[in-house]
Amino acid sequence: MRYLDQAAIEHIAIGAAFLGTGGGGDPYIGKLMALSAIEKNGPVKLYSVDEIADDDFFIPAAMMGAPSVLVEKFPRGDEFVKVFQKLAQYLGREKIAGTYPMEAGGVNSMIPIVVAAQLGLPLIDCDGMGRAFPELQMVTFHLDGISATPMAITDEKGNIGIFETIDNKWTERIARTATVEMGASSLVSLYPTTGAQIKQSGVHHIVTLSEKIGEIIASKDQEVNDKLQSLLKLADGYELFQGKIVDVIRETKGGFNLGKMNLEGIESYKNDQMKVHFQNENLLAEKNEQVIAMTPDLICLVDYETLLPVTTESLKYGKRVRVIGLPAHEKWRTAKGIETAGPKYFGYEYEYTPIEELVKKEVAEHV
Amino acid sequence: MYKIGIDVGGTNTDAILLDHNSQLIYSVKSPTSLDIKTGIEKSLQQLLEGANIDKTKITHAMLGTTQCTNAIVERKKLAKVGVIRLGYPATASVLPYTAWPSDMIDKLSGNYAIAHGGYEYDGQLLSALDQQEITKLLEDWRDQVESIAIVGVFSSIKNDQELQVREWIQEVYGEEFPISCSSLIGSVGLIERENATILNAALCKVIETTTQGFVQALQAEGIFDVEVYLCQNDGTLMSIDYAKQFPILTIACGPTNSIRGASYLSQIQNTMVLDVGGTTSDIGVLQDGFPRESSVAVEVGDIRTNFRMPDIISVGLGGGSIVRVNGDKITVGPDSVGYKISEEALVFGGSTLTTTDIAVRLGLADVGDSTLVAHIDEAFAKAVQEEISSLLEQAIDKMKTSSEDVSLVLVGGGGIIVPEKIRGVSTIVKSEYGGVANAIGASIAQISGQYEQIYIYSKEPREESLKDAQNKAVKQAVLAGALEDTIELVEVEETPLAYHPENATRLKVKVVGKMV
Repeated sequence: MRYLDQAAIEHIAIGAAFLGTGGGGDPYIGKLMALSAIEKNGPVKLYSVDEIADDDFFIPAAMMGAPSVLVEKFPRGDEFVKVFQKLAQYLGREKIAGTYPMEAGGVNSMIPIVVAAQLGLPLIDCDGMGRAFPELQMVTFHLDGISATPMAITDEKGNIGIFETIDNKWTERIARTATVEMGASSLVSLYPTTGAQIKQSGVHHIVTLSEKIGEIIASKDQEVNDKLQSLLKLADGYELFQGKIVDVIRETKGGFNLGKMNLEGIESYKNDQMKVHFQNENLLAEKNEQVIAMTPDLICLVDYETLLPVTTESLKYGKRVRVIGLPAHEKWRTAKGIETAGPKYFGYEYEYTPIEELVKKEVAEHV
Repeated sequence: MYKIGIDVGGTNTDAILLDHNSQLIYSVKSPTSLDIKTGIEKSLQQLLEGANIDKTKITHAMLGTTQCTNAIVERKKLAKVGVIRLGYPATASVLPYTAWPSDMIDKLSGNYAIAHGGYEYDGQLLSALDQQEITKLLEDWRDQVESIAIVGVFSSIKNDQELQVREWIQEVYGEEFPISCSSLIGSVGLIERENATILNAALCKVIETTTQGFVQALQAEGIFDVEVYLCQNDGTLMSIDYAKQFPILTIACGPTNSIRGASYLSQIQNTMVLDVGGTTSDIGVLQDGFPRESSVAVEVGDIRTNFRMPDIISVGLGGGSIVRVNGDKITVGPDSVGYKISEEALVFGGSTLTTTDIAVRLGLADVGDSTLVAHIDEAFAKAVQEEISSLLEQAIDKMKTSSEDVSLVLVGGGGIIVPEKIRGVSTIVKSEYGGVANAIGASIAQISGQYEQIYIYSKEPREESLKDAQNKAVKQAVLAGALEDTIELVEVEETPLAYHPENATRLKVKVVGKMV
């Protein structure tokens, strides 16, 4: 067990936005919420997964909907107090032993910290994605057959809904509609899980990983190339490209923003091109017309000089970035993981190939 | 008929006179005074003596000033602000003044309240106002605040609550009490807009003294019957009354004026402008004669805000930048000998190698004593120039929106160091009046209005939404003093909302018109 203080929160916000692969919103408002909450209630306890009891009960907390609404209408702060009580009551549980994030991302890495501070609960060092994804069934617990419901959805006005759905895709459909009615942004508690289930199906150490990534990025003592090397080593990642954004094309289809950006190589990538396809998150990267990384593996864009994560909202011509690829958690690489969040699910006609193989192939062809 | 343009900078107060054809007749430069008024008076005096014209034929006087920026940066002359956020029960998780520097909170008294109110993203009611709650608050705040900032959740979509509360405050505190409504200042992003509104409210005293000083200085010089305007940071003007309501819009009008002045001098409407000073160079983009706006959050005096600002990139490269050799690598800047250039640069008998020395060595400029730099190896000088070129090339490229070459207008005293060719630049245009581009920009400004809202295109088609937004922007421009039949649409920006199924889009439009 250790405590998360202000510096830890600042670092987690940066690292989680990095793992958010372009999605998950700008970490600024989430960070302010978390900092305000610990200022009021004191630092939050972080438990590693090994420190929790198998029979104890945990509920994640997340924000659902448009981050661009959240920047205008953010929560009251104590919404989850009632929600956790209601959900516990509904489940017939007397005690909730802790909370944890659903995904890594600018906003949703911070919401559970607010909740933990408010309720005096510990935060558990795990999440259900190890990155950010757009839909509620894109969670490692879902891959292991755990139901997203009973779930609770609430807003700052005090409306609370509890759903039981026939499967997790229905959870997504119904919760999405309720979210729009609640003002395009809601707070959700879903995938209530036992300690044993977290140990079995969660993505472990993600809070600590986010914090370490954030620490490297925020560090002022290291040269950018040294920082990058530390980052790649820490996350088993690959630098896929250094380039300048020369074109960003967006269109909205079926509720998601489909986009692609073209990058022109700079420095040692001078004569290369890259194309990154994104919806809310970055999903597919092609280097010189050849796929080099695809979802569920992570495609992270960072500022060329500062290594600060670049969200899809802030893409624009002329921005110099580095593209970093990380292997997804092993659960995403199973048949069900690929079916749930692989390239085909998002409409890209590719068979999923792990990033390690794609990079190896590219290097071999280059030589 | 004549126009006067005055730009009060940190160092110099520039004044210029234009005739009815907007031809530059006369210009002067004098040091900025501590009280600004004396400096303006002095410049005006010199200008009128030098130009020798019939004062009664002066019809317009425009002022560009850094007073508001300085007040925030130096934390001086700021008013005590009460913040009323309309949004309860939403938004209580992050209170007003969160993440503000503590010295600034103390200066502004730190009074705030989160009251009932606010809208949803689609304009539906979030919570209704409670008049008693506001009245009670005003009783508590009596004599504690000198200005009030009202900030409603999604007020950029619907602002009638903010206006209602403004009315209630006026009923209690009187018509003259300074009130700032966030919907008229910033865009979507509550914290950033709130911060900008608080700053605006805090500037009410500074703007009062500044405008008064300007009017009195004009009167002291016998200029009475003129339209007086202040410059905004988007290259347009506002009347004195309007400026008193929106002082924050004067922040960063200096670089804007210099960009606009450059456009005027070169007669180019769409171009990039490079303003080279002694220590830094500013690069901005002119679109249809106006500076492009920044799309990211901007910090003013360490406070994060989102009101419109010109998109300017600064590089540490100027006429006084120091040139060094590290092994076989040449570096230029970012440090500079600054105003000491006339003592420290080699051409002036000093001992520091600067970019100006390189320019003189290569025959690009004729300042100081060229024999003092004759010993510099020509190949080395060319290599330094290559480095300067590469710094500029990178900065210019960051400001481009496509990979095509751009034309560049060059202004500013440090312009001599700029090589004749830069990659990515098709032509470089220079002007002999580049030194007073600021004041020229001030005197040729027009009047604008803008509007921003989230529209749901599946419910309100794009064409209708556009029309609605445009009408509202036109209203703003008329309010600021534009002639309605001269107003045209100059900018449309659309951003789709992520994770939202109904094609909701944030739409922002801007219109510009001629002065009344």
